[in-house]
Amino acid sequence: MAEATVNEPLNSEDTYRRPSHVQLWRRQLLRDKKALVGSIILTLLVLCAVFAYWITPYDPNAMDFDMIMRPSWAHLLGTDDLGRDLLSRLIYGARVSLFVGFSTVAISLVAGVALGVAAGFFGGWIDTIIMRYIDLQWAFPNFIIAVYLVAVFGTGLSNVIIAISLAFVDDFARIARGMVLTIREEQYVAAARTLGASNNRIMWRHILPNSMAPLIVQATISVSYAILAEAGLSFLGLGVQASTPTWGLILAESRSFISRAWWLGVFPGFSIMITVLSINFLGDALRDVLDVKEVKEPG
Amino acid sequence: MWAVATLVFFMLRAVPGDPMLAMVFDTGDPAAADEMRRDFGLDQPVYVQYVKYFLQVMQGNLGTSIYGSRVPVSRIVAEAFPRTMSLAVLSFLLATLIAVPAGLISALKKHTPIDHGVTLVAFIGLSMPDFWLAILLIIVFAAQLNWLPAVGYVPLAQGFWPWFSHLILPTIAIGTPFAAIIARMIRSSMLEVLKSDFMRVSRSKGLLEKRLLLVHAFPNALIPVVTVMGIALALLMAGTVVVENVFAIKGLGRVLIQGILNRDYPVVQGAILVVSAIFVFSNLLVDALYTVIDPRIRYD
Repeated sequence: MAEATVNEPLNSEDTYRRPSHVQLWRRQLLRDKKALVGSIILTLLVLCAVFAYWITPYDPNAMDFDMIMRPSWAHLLGTDDLGRDLLSRLIYGARVSLFVGFSTVAISLVAGVALGVAAGFFGGWIDTIIMRYIDLQWAFPNFIIAVYLVAVFGTGLSNVIIAISLAFVDDFARIARGMVLTIREEQYVAAARTLGASNNRIMWRHILPNSMAPLIVQATISVSYAILAEAGLSFLGLGVQASTPTWGLILAESRSFISRAWWLGVFPGFSIMITVLSINFLGDALRDVLDVKEVKEPG
Repeated sequence: MWAVATLVFFMLRAVPGDPMLAMVFDTGDPAAADEMRRDFGLDQPVYVQYVKYFLQVMQGNLGTSIYGSRVPVSRIVAEAFPRTMSLAVLSFLLATLIAVPAGLISALKKHTPIDHGVTLVAFIGLSMPDFWLAILLIIVFAAQLNWLPAVGYVPLAQGFWPWFSHLILPTIAIGTPFAAIIARMIRSSMLEVLKSDFMRVSRSKGLLEKRLLLVHAFPNALIPVVTVMGIALALLMAGTVVVENVFAIKGLGRVLIQGILNRDYPVVQGAILVVSAIFVFSNLLVDALYTVIDPRIRYD
């Protein structure tokens, strides 16, 4: 009888379930002040961008005779040389910046991981060809590559997205390849292979999930650099069409009125900075929580 | 470098759009476009163009600008080069002067208010677009205070102060974000070194703290820092491309961007070639520096 009581299952209330990695990470992340500040700001920005149509006080392209007006109650951040409301233009500008930031990183993440995993997993000539290309790209800062590519493709939203995505591919490919090379030698991969798992299954079930941490951190930091790159390209006149309000473009236009209208030069840049800062805070917190060391500052 | 030049050459020609047609658009005369195309050899097959271009580059001939006056690209680049280099060297010095002490102090006073302050400032520096900082500097120091010139460049030959005064604002604009990156990396590599076994041994030997840090820790923290400097030097070049455009300094960056906007192939190719050469050279320099800092590293 005594033995039976020992083997009896415990009440569900008494069971101690070890928290999963994801739960542990989440707890740590919630405790991190930088992560908290970063995610609050970023959430607000994303909401602004999504609901831009409803929250903007004016049409971002509506011209008015109130030209170059100082910030006032009617125009909280003032107006530009064509009498357009700066606040409304900046809110719409958030759409472009965030869209470009997230979409380029999504594209380069998928492409980079595919290249990196293929190079690391198959080795041989596939590895040689891919790595030659990646090394070539690695020698240059991403922004310069994006400029080269826009020179080739031309301007416009989709070309800018393609150029920035391609410019960031090497960062992800390198990490993915490095992780594959390390994980490939792990015993659990050998075990899976012994059990007859296919290449595909090993890649999807074992290698990718285990190389997630550095990729997540790199992706987060890359979003901030992609936003900076988009702003830089727009600023140089190599970005999205002139009719679309983007932060870089508004800044570029402000240069003609630098001595008369400080607000046109100050607020767009501040929007870029606060967005990039919030993402950098989040990325840094993730780096600490996931304990990732090797991340390239893409620039 | 050769690979980059080749890639750019073929990619530029693969793009739709004919620069010649765009240039004679105003006159609307297609025959004029044909004539110009013949002049520049653009009517020949791409591979012929490529071989010709390659042979010319080997002889130091980068072709002539096809937009506006037909200035040789080598002359444009030669004029732009000292401007970009002045800017790059000054920004590098400024960044190092800020970053090395900031990074070291922040590592030694880990988790104190000083460290947190440095970290926050570094974060802001990292997140601030350099062209925005450039505009802010112009608003404050040129437009409002009238202390420094807002745009332009004066060669060093015309005196030190005129040259330097034109470069102060661009240098700050490029150097500050760059300092933030280096400071953060110096902090983390110094922390790594401080944790290492040989530091514990040295400390237990009873060495003076100052000697410990300057003679033992710092040189060992330098290796990753030099690597970072190499990467940062590349970032700095990216910074000059944008900031030159804000300050209307006709350096390599401005030449490149103007070339792209004007679809001036030879100029774009020439600028990319020179910018790429600077990267390759700075990478070599970093590799050479390793052997000086750490005698254990040898290249055969």
